[in-house]
Amino acid sequence: MTLSAITLLILGLGIVAYIAARTRAAAFATTHRAGSREIGQVHSRPNQHGWFVALWALTPALLLVAIWSVVDQGVIDARAIESVPAAQRPTTDLDRQAFLNEVRGVATGELQAAFDPNAERAAVVWRGAKNFSNLVVLGLAAALALAGAAYGLTRVRPDFRARPRVERFVMALLVLASLVAIATTIGIVGSLLFESWRFFTMVSPVEFLTGTVWSPQTAIRADQIGSSGAFGAVPLFWGTIFIGAIIAMIVAIPLGLMSAIYLTQYARPNTRRTMKPLLEVLAGVPTVVYGYFAALTVAPAVRDFALSIGIENASSESALAAGLVMGIMIIPFVSSMADDSINAVPQAMRDGSLAMGATTSETIRRVLIPAALPGIVGGVLLAVSRAIGETMIVVMAAGLAANLTANPFESVTTVTTQIVQLLTGDQEFDSPKTLSAFALGLVLFVVTLILNIYALRVVKRYREAYE
Amino acid sequence: MSSATAPLRAPTDWNSAAMQARIRNRYRSERLFRLAGLAALALAGLFLAFLLVSIGSKGLTGFQRTDVKLTVAFDPAVLGVPAGTRQPAVLQSANYQQLLDAAVAASIGPDADGIVSEGAWLKLRDALTENPALLGMRADLWVPATSDVDLLAKGIVDREAEMRSVSDRVIREYDRLQAAGVLRTGLNTTFLSMADSTDPELAGIWGAAKGSLLTLFVTLLISFPVGVLAAIYLEEYATRNRFTDIIEVSINNLAAVPSIIFGLLGLAVFLNFFGMSRSAPLVGGLTLALMTLPVIVISGRIAIKSVPPSIRDAALGVGASPVQVVFHHVLPLALPGILTGTIIGMARALGETAPLLMIGMRAFVADVPSGLANPATVLPVQIFLWSDDVQRGFVEKTSAAIIVLLVFLMLMNGIAIYLRNKFERRW
Repeated sequence: MTLSAITLLILGLGIVAYIAARTRAAAFATTHRAGSREIGQVHSRPNQHGWFVALWALTPALLLVAIWSVVDQGVIDARAIESVPAAQRPTTDLDRQAFLNEVRGVATGELQAAFDPNAERAAVVWRGAKNFSNLVVLGLAAALALAGAAYGLTRVRPDFRARPRVERFVMALLVLASLVAIATTIGIVGSLLFESWRFFTMVSPVEFLTGTVWSPQTAIRADQIGSSGAFGAVPLFWGTIFIGAIIAMIVAIPLGLMSAIYLTQYARPNTRRTMKPLLEVLAGVPTVVYGYFAALTVAPAVRDFALSIGIENASSESALAAGLVMGIMIIPFVSSMADDSINAVPQAMRDGSLAMGATTSETIRRVLIPAALPGIVGGVLLAVSRAIGETMIVVMAAGLAANLTANPFESVTTVTTQIVQLLTGDQEFDSPKTLSAFALGLVLFVVTLILNIYALRVVKRYREAYE
Repeated sequence: MSSATAPLRAPTDWNSAAMQARIRNRYRSERLFRLAGLAALALAGLFLAFLLVSIGSKGLTGFQRTDVKLTVAFDPAVLGVPAGTRQPAVLQSANYQQLLDAAVAASIGPDADGIVSEGAWLKLRDALTENPALLGMRADLWVPATSDVDLLAKGIVDREAEMRSVSDRVIREYDRLQAAGVLRTGLNTTFLSMADSTDPELAGIWGAAKGSLLTLFVTLLISFPVGVLAAIYLEEYATRNRFTDIIEVSINNLAAVPSIIFGLLGLAVFLNFFGMSRSAPLVGGLTLALMTLPVIVISGRIAIKSVPPSIRDAALGVGASPVQVVFHHVLPLALPGILTGTIIGMARALGETAPLLMIGMRAFVADVPSGLANPATVLPVQIFLWSDDVQRGFVEKTSAAIIVLLVFLMLMNGIAIYLRNKFERRW
């Protein structure tokens, strides 16, 4: 019996407990009413009694199954490894993982046969331990569920206050759900800090933040030449800024701003209704599609253009191609932020300017945009933070060469590209190569966080100014 | 102000040539500005159209495949099975490769290398296991051609090009077979029903689509209840204090964290700390759930806030408890808005690639995943993998996979818009 089947069984027990308690409570509720005694003597509604008993039946048993499912894997795996003669046990972590995968595959019947005869034998042990463990948890969980239901049922009486207890449980659940957000934040910060700290024990933070050579090799043998690798991340930071904050913004700011101005100031309501969804579609296209388009269509076009204007070493993975497509991806974002900011400018300012005889464009350039500027700048900062965290476009179109160049036709690499590059494929979790990805992630997280907090504050202060 | 102290100034002559020129200038710049706005919008629209048309035109042929007609003699001696056997197990394990080689040599000729797909023997096996009576008989079967032949049939290969991937010999054979009428191009059922393969003609999208479904199922199962409960707490019950401020700040920040950071979290916590299996939809779904959660909480709060206070007051007035007020009255009224936000969050999760690369979902998976713990890949990652492949035949497959992904996204967004229009209430 698998854990999911056990969970279903317990849920079934919970439903039975709910129905039993509800029927019982409904019975005394009606007798009390028929006996024309005071209605205040029955405190809670029958379904509240039902919930009370069901929660008693479900909560302890489900908690047990949840904890068990986390713990038992390790115990069973350890049993399987112990069954192998000590001399033949896998030594490294990677081998152990591979061996266990084979054992599990054979034991669950996904693999027809194992290459390793030890795995074949260990699979028998694994299966036995798994069956035993499942039987134990089935017995314990069923006993807990029955005991909980029995205790709950003894409490079901006309004067029992079931509702406040159920409601307290619901409130606890609500608080718990809100805590998930905090837990996620702590998880992100904690895991990034922990792995980065391990990285910085091997590579100095100063070298990482100021070095200009990036070649994250790790040696296969310790005595290999150039085994140390170089972890100077400045070329990556430059590439990220060059693509995300310079080229992409050169495309996105004018196009986004002008389309927002046209939509808010010039377009008739009908045009606005049809054109706004168009920008939303642009925002909804998955980034991998943009990346594919950048790599397959835009990059060759950019290279041909570079060759035609006489640039010899034009790369097919240019910063320009990635930046252009990223800029287009950001247009809807800039446009909607600018839209909000312009709309927040009081109508009186616009009317005043028009009444003085200024044309619409003069009003926009001399009155609306200066008034909306803080909001627009905040929106642009948010767009920059979105652009530098964007991954797929640069992974597919920007290349891997860590060049420190301002030539848009050359290939540069970005922080996110390198994270993907470093963490895909086989990894060892104690080499600086793998851990450097977490250090890059930490830098990215901190920078986007500062940008966001600052930008949101700017936007907020701007909105308040006109309220 | 008295007129005596005002500076004397001649009234502006609006009809003078200088003034007229000035006004013309101002109107011209007005027109130009307006045109620039329209041009920006048109450029964005043009780009979208270009993107869709370029992917659509490349991708539509990906749903088609070219087959070759083979005359197969199911000779028990070639297959290595006893004559007249009907046992499925024996028929399953017969030597189909040898049978295929013999059939290709007989039907196409000695020069048939690179015409028939390497996976064509599966077709022969399926035909025989479906109808064991074929043993010892001859039958005409359509089997998949190689990607080279397929590309020739669709006219994608430039025959005149100096550097082309298809050899002269295959082109010659193709022309001969085409003239003989033993080639046909039709709907590619393999693409819609199978998983990834190293050969473009045998690769399918269903494995990745099912991986996406399983992953999204986990995401929905976790992020929807947790998100809705958190939204209810923050909007209805939380008193403003330090604790709720921290929750709000972390939700708003999580909404802006780059998605790849969630991948790093999944890698460090779910894979390395909890030791869950790589490439599994369970881990992918958990990671995406954490990413989608802020979206659902924020849209949920907006939906709950839009329910007018009078509803709450009325419910409290007739004696409902605060929990009853929310779960009996506010939540049902806010549900359409919450669902709309959830679907939009799910659509974003469906298109997300980067965090899933981090947790190993870029593995080559040749089977359709059957459970939450099996190795799987998802649609956007499959697109990424195929786009990296050097084989020419994967270009149309990539575009076709993008079409599949975009169709799913349009469906989800369509449902969200429908829900919004149908149930949205103005109070």
